Amino acid sequence: MSRSSPLLQIKNLRRLMIGPVSFAVEAGECLCLSGPSGTGKSLLLRAIADLDPHEGEAWLDGTACNAIAPALWRCRVGLLPPDSSWWLPRVIDHFHDDYLLPLETLGLDPGLPTEPVARLSSGERQRLALLRLLANTPQVLLLDEPTANLDPASTRRVEAVIAEYRQARQAAVIWVSHDPAQISRVASRHLRILGSELLEQDVEGDAWSR
Amino acid sequence: MVTLSTLDLGIAALLVLALALLSMRLKAGISRQLLVAAARTAIQLTLIGLVLKTLFANVHLAWVTLMAVFMLLVAGREVMVRQKRRFRGWWGYALGTVSMFLSSFTVAVFTLVVILGDTPWYTPQYAIPLLGMLLGNTMNGISIAMDRLTTTAWEQREVIEARLMLGQSWDEAISAIRQQAVSSGLIPIINAMAAAGVISLPGMMTGQILAGAPPVEAVKYQILIMFLITVGTGLGTLSAVTIGSRRLFDARQRLCLDRLREN
Repeated sequence: MSRSSPLLQIKNLRRLMIGPVSFAVEAGECLCLSGPSGTGKSLLLRAIADLDPHEGEAWLDGTACNAIAPALWRCRVGLLPPDSSWWLPRVIDHFHDDYLLPLETLGLDPGLPTEPVARLSSGERQRLALLRLLANTPQVLLLDEPTANLDPASTRRVEAVIAEYRQARQAAVIWVSHDPAQISRVASRHLRILGSELLEQDVEGDAWSR
Repeated sequence: MVTLSTLDLGIAALLVLALALLSMRLKAGISRQLLVAAARTAIQLTLIGLVLKTLFANVHLAWVTLMAVFMLLVAGREVMVRQKRRFRGWWGYALGTVSMFLSSFTVAVFTLVVILGDTPWYTPQYAIPLLGMLLGNTMNGISIAMDRLTTTAWEQREVIEARLMLGQSWDEAISAIRQQAVSSGLIPIINAMAAAGVISLPGMMTGQILAGAPPVEAVKYQILIMFLITVGTGLGTLSAVTIGSRRLFDARQRLCLDRLREN
């Protein structure tokens, strides 16, 4: 495991209409992924989390995905899907007993985790799902439109929490976003899906705001 | 024992016919199905009566085995067609059939050899009815449980995958669904045991009593049969659900719903 290898490396990954694509994300880097709907951004994230069969290979810190137990891989390479799912009655039931949820950082009411899940709004659930993912302390975050259901103020809070986590843990982040302004705020790099390829873009987004 | 004549059965058949006419008048739309099913009962049971008569007259392990395998294969097909979504390919047929084989045959042979201990152990008068009851009930349990497993997994794919995404193993991710599937397969027999003698008089016991057996003897047989059915159904359901839930995931523990097809 050499320090010189990137934290997450993708080689010749292929899944349905995507690829083969190859790219790498360094520790502490935030890679934004954009592109029209239906071009397979979510499929790409699912393939990296090894949730769908795919061609090609992913490496975490120099170790191939196939060499790591599937559950451990998904623990380290955490995917946040656009819609969160909850299988126990209350949000708090999905966390370890002694886990302290940093609710105030996301502007969430302290009473929310003990409410029935069905009573929460989609935006509240989305933010709580982010906390649930971060509680696993993944090394790579795969975020599929994490602020899609949020108002501008909550969006900024989520961006701040993710940035802080990324810097504190030197995590690598792949962030799917449609919003050029958001990309320019959070991205250290920006790739755009065009056809089956990934094109390197300016973070400021000149190339596609025209 | 009162022997039934053809006329006696004819009278009962007329009652069914009357019911069919009544439901036709009331436009219940079920009379055709009713008559077809009644005709099937008469024909199938007459045939099995003749087969059993021949089998009892020619006691040979090969004939008993042939009969047992035939019953198993028919039951396997029945389990397969009763599922809304079943596994693609030979899995769809094999999973239920193998589970039934493992549970019903083991329990039947064990009972014949250890509990009943007749010579020869495969005496068809005991072997065939015993296996028939075991298969019939195991078939119900397995088909209900498998249907529940595959249907729920299909409906709750987001939940299963969300659990995988958070680093749970396939085993944890499907545990709640698997539990529901097993209990739904076992609820009918548990209810039958709880209600036996109080709300319902089980058919086998009733049959023996009608045929002139002393009630206490009939009851002993009924208790034996209910326990055996419970064990057979339980083992069959557990093995089908365990193997089936594993089959929903591949070697990298991805949920593979494309392994299911709609029936």
